[in-house]
Amino acid sequence: MREIRAELIKETVKDLFMKANYFAGEDLVCKFKEAKKKEESPIGKSVLDQIIQNAEIAARERIALCQDTGMAVLFVELGQDVRIAGDDFNEAVNAGVREAYEQGYLRKSVVDDPLFDRKNTGDNTPAVVHLEIVKGDRIKFIAVPKGFGSENMSSIKMLTPAEGVKGVKDFVVGSVLKAGPNPCPPVVVGVGIGGTMEKAALLAKKALTRPLDRRHPDERYAQLESEILNLINSSGIGPGGLGGRTTALAVNIEYFPTHIAGLPVAVNISCHAYRHAQATI
Amino acid sequence: MGDAIRINTPVTSEQLKILKAGDSVLISGVIYTARDAAHKRLVQLMKEGKDLPVNLNGQIIYYVGPAPAKPGYAAGPAGPTTSGRMDPYTVPLLERGLKGMIGKGIRSAEVIEAMKKYGAVYFGAVGGAAALISRSIKKVEVVAFEDLGTEAIHRFYVEDFPAIVIIDSEGNNLYEIEPPKYRR
Repeated sequence: MREIRAELIKETVKDLFMKANYFAGEDLVCKFKEAKKKEESPIGKSVLDQIIQNAEIAARERIALCQDTGMAVLFVELGQDVRIAGDDFNEAVNAGVREAYEQGYLRKSVVDDPLFDRKNTGDNTPAVVHLEIVKGDRIKFIAVPKGFGSENMSSIKMLTPAEGVKGVKDFVVGSVLKAGPNPCPPVVVGVGIGGTMEKAALLAKKALTRPLDRRHPDERYAQLESEILNLINSSGIGPGGLGGRTTALAVNIEYFPTHIAGLPVAVNISCHAYRHAQATI
Repeated sequence: MGDAIRINTPVTSEQLKILKAGDSVLISGVIYTARDAAHKRLVQLMKEGKDLPVNLNGQIIYYVGPAPAKPGYAAGPAGPTTSGRMDPYTVPLLERGLKGMIGKGIRSAEVIEAMKKYGAVYFGAVGGAAALISRSIKKVEVVAFEDLGTEAIHRFYVEDFPAIVIIDSEGNNLYEIEPPKYRR
């Protein structure tokens, strides 16, 4: 049994949310530059240029890439041989989020009651935490601050098995086309297939933590990713939705076994601020 | 893209007539921020027949909830939010003299009709380009609904704020004009 202090969890979470909000990953910046070279639309090119400049300014000055610094979503892989000492785990995570958003000059966008009061909690807590118990004596954190311009454009559908690959393609492409300019294209499309309704949604979100230059290890899913990406980029929506060839930068699919009677599919869209940061302690 | 057209606020419908969908503009002067909660309150005040905290005549509203400013900075990162959420509140504001809106994303048919009727323009800023855009904001004051935090109405003093005309005062819509050119 390895002991990990709650204080270290707090510091790690704090660091990750600041980092994720300030720095666009190298994989992302590469995709922007590649897209700008290929873009045929002059307006689209200019939008990509502003996006590239924006990422440079944010990184250099340590300020947020986007004013919507998101709801704090955290994937945690907790080693079963870890004992957490000091404060309780959830408290430590929320304390890390609180400090990141306070001290990092990040926007607090969380309201306490979704329907009636809608009063800002003032510190961007609570975080949305997805916990998985794994082997070993370490904890891995992936911070994914999620803005709601794109989150609001996400959707889920319970397809029938007969709808198969075509059903999946139609639903994913349709969701992105319907979203149009709203989720700040060029987008990254996370797709979750299988499991149950909530599992598919979770897979779609988890798909948004995969680096942009990494395709699915199963050749059939990798092929599907690239077909869907091509279909989306044939739409003409383009950067900022103002026309062009670059509507999506990548499509990332994750799957899970499912029931004989079902084919759940979830689509979680990320804007071009494809933010995530990870650390293992 | 052609050279940017400079405009200064407040604006009149006459001045806005020259702007066409697709034009790049650089906006200078005062612009006001308002998003979901502030819009709801503004429309509520109008329903109750009360005065608004801001005279909207000839003004431009920027749909934004800025991030806090770092010490030494006039403004925090401030990119546009999705405009469609403000659609249910926009027509009464246009009736009150609002002449421009800055945001991102599509608008409803009702809003576009009212824009044509009252000679208003919908500008787009690049969604997510918050750090870049904040450079054009020189000074920030909170003018109303301070309790709403980032959603309060702020007065931004801007210089050369970069935007593009998405829907002009004749209803020409860039989101409808441009994408079909690149569809395969």
